[in-house]
Amino acid sequence: MTQDSSKDKSGRRAFLRTAGKALAGAMGGAALLAESGAQDEHIAGSNAKTSFPTEDYDWTEHRWAYGIDATRCIGCLRCVEACKTENDVAQDAHHFRTWVERYVYLEGEERARVDSHSDPQNIAASGSESEYRFDNRYKDEKVTKAFFVPKMCNQCQHPSCVQVCPVGATFRTEDGVVLIDRKYCIGCEYCVQACPYGARFFNQETGTSDKCTWCYHRITKGLQPACVEVCPVGARIFGDRNDPSSSINEFIDNNRVHVLKPETGNAPTCFYVGLDKEVS
Amino acid sequence: MEMLVSAPFTGYVYPNETIIPWTLLIAIYPYLTGLVAGAFTVSSMYHAFGMERFKAVARFALLISLSCMIFVPLPLILHLGHPERAMNAMITPHLSSAFAMFGFFAAFYVVLLMLECWFVFRADNVARANSSTGLIRAFYRAVTLWSDDVSANAREYDRKWLLALAIIGIPGAHGLHGYVGFVYGSLKSREWWGSDLMPVVFIFSAVISGMALCIVLYVVAAKVRRIKIDFACLKGMAYTLWGFMMFTLLLEALEFANLVYKGREGIEIVMEYVRGPLFVRMFVVQFGLGALLPIGIISAMIARDTRGKAFVIGLTISSLLVLMSVFMMRWNVVIGGQEISKTMKGLLTYIPPLYGRQGILSGLAVMTAPFLLLWVLTRLFPPWGDMSPEESK
Repeated sequence: MTQDSSKDKSGRRAFLRTAGKALAGAMGGAALLAESGAQDEHIAGSNAKTSFPTEDYDWTEHRWAYGIDATRCIGCLRCVEACKTENDVAQDAHHFRTWVERYVYLEGEERARVDSHSDPQNIAASGSESEYRFDNRYKDEKVTKAFFVPKMCNQCQHPSCVQVCPVGATFRTEDGVVLIDRKYCIGCEYCVQACPYGARFFNQETGTSDKCTWCYHRITKGLQPACVEVCPVGARIFGDRNDPSSSINEFIDNNRVHVLKPETGNAPTCFYVGLDKEVS
Repeated sequence: MEMLVSAPFTGYVYPNETIIPWTLLIAIYPYLTGLVAGAFTVSSMYHAFGMERFKAVARFALLISLSCMIFVPLPLILHLGHPERAMNAMITPHLSSAFAMFGFFAAFYVVLLMLECWFVFRADNVARANSSTGLIRAFYRAVTLWSDDVSANAREYDRKWLLALAIIGIPGAHGLHGYVGFVYGSLKSREWWGSDLMPVVFIFSAVISGMALCIVLYVVAAKVRRIKIDFACLKGMAYTLWGFMMFTLLLEALEFANLVYKGREGIEIVMEYVRGPLFVRMFVVQFGLGALLPIGIISAMIARDTRGKAFVIGLTISSLLVLMSVFMMRWNVVIGGQEISKTMKGLLTYIPPLYGRQGILSGLAVMTAPFLLLWVLTRLFPPWGDMSPEESK
């Protein structure tokens, strides 16, 4: 699978590079542009041998992946709270690196009713945009099926956000996390548009795009992402696919896993168990 | 930090979607590039294809195109979170991005337009330098780059360059604008945008908007300067506008029909949007008032061979409606795409703020700027009157 996906990746890259160059050539700037095209390789190539972000961390040794067992999630939203605190995310209802969706089927209805903690009714129930809660709106209804689905950046193998960034400020690390260089991002929000999962948002304070990094500052020190750390039911699993005994490998090997919106070709590395036809 | 305006929504939308990323300014950007491409087309009808009836408006159209083009990057830069880093896109373009080429395309096109203007107005500027003194003379001398040879030989040389530039400019202008369509159409995250027809629709609507602008400004300029309107020229523009409008309407209908007929996942929410909030904006304003009505007016005028004042008034009103319709189209594409949630389970409503960088006032300022520049340019380089000798064939 790894080989296939890396082949895929290089094929796509090569295609994009060729297409990009052809386009540039047609507009008469071929020579100039071909030279700057080498930058793509620079990020994925020579940097790969250096340690990042700390001196004793080698990103070529790891291949991170994330598992979400939706059947376990109880919608307590501790993950959302932990993420906001850990990553200094704006304490309002419009900026989330991770969020949780609630799906409820009522008797006689074919489509699920969906909401998240940033729904106005739920905010009214909690009394504050910075306190997260699901209200009890279905207490008088006959519920036939209900479940929660945690969402976050899928750290795709073919991330459309990275594809569209005009300056290359967002990139995929060797260990499989999509990051944003806040010092280089111009804040055009093209990546926010391109993400099919709504995982990116614009950070008004930094003037740049923002998203989940799987707590890159933690995982490169051997810690778990904050959301995984606080989940009381083990609905969130994180680990290294290069480590045969890791919990993420166990999760993927012992379950039939899905990814969100596979038709986009983005190839997420967040694997789900317990999805439903209504989840998108 | 600008005040956050969140978009109210119905159904289910991803929490991060409630702040609409691309706002009024990003709707203005394709509108401006469209005007550039359209005005350039009008100018090239004479300069590249030698259609004599467009002579009266050809040089003016070129100045309109230049004035709009200079301000095309402004709405984009104003929208950036870090405007000071805008040049990063040209210093280190990330080639897989549909947007990385914008700076190069825009710069190329500004240079092309300036070069063409230089050749078009060179003989006039030489004459102006020769007939004035002091600073004014120095200014016009500098504008001609101290090239004051207006011999028959030199004019022939100018003419060759002009032809080449006008010809290169056509794919250039349309490429620049089709590319804007690609920026939206190539995104797979939004059903409303992800259409292969998007670039073509953008090009055709660009031509009609630029042509309509040339008609309106030509009529206004003629009234202000109290000169007789060149009826043949105006009628020529009316014919062309009519033809391109038919194509635009057909393409837009085709695009919409495709979306509905394919009926992919989430089509219910698209239909809810089209029948609800979009109905007035798209079917009444954009298609009804902005396309069918002007097509009707122009058709009737052509059929009845309307002439004189009635024709001028009818065509000007039709052109104003077209300008409004194309702006509405940009709005319905750019804002509309973001009002349909990526979840395909909910709809958002974008309410533009009045103040602030992304506000209505800021948008109005951006839209006014090209016309102020145009006014200055027409004072410095009058595009009307007898055409300079090197242009008459």
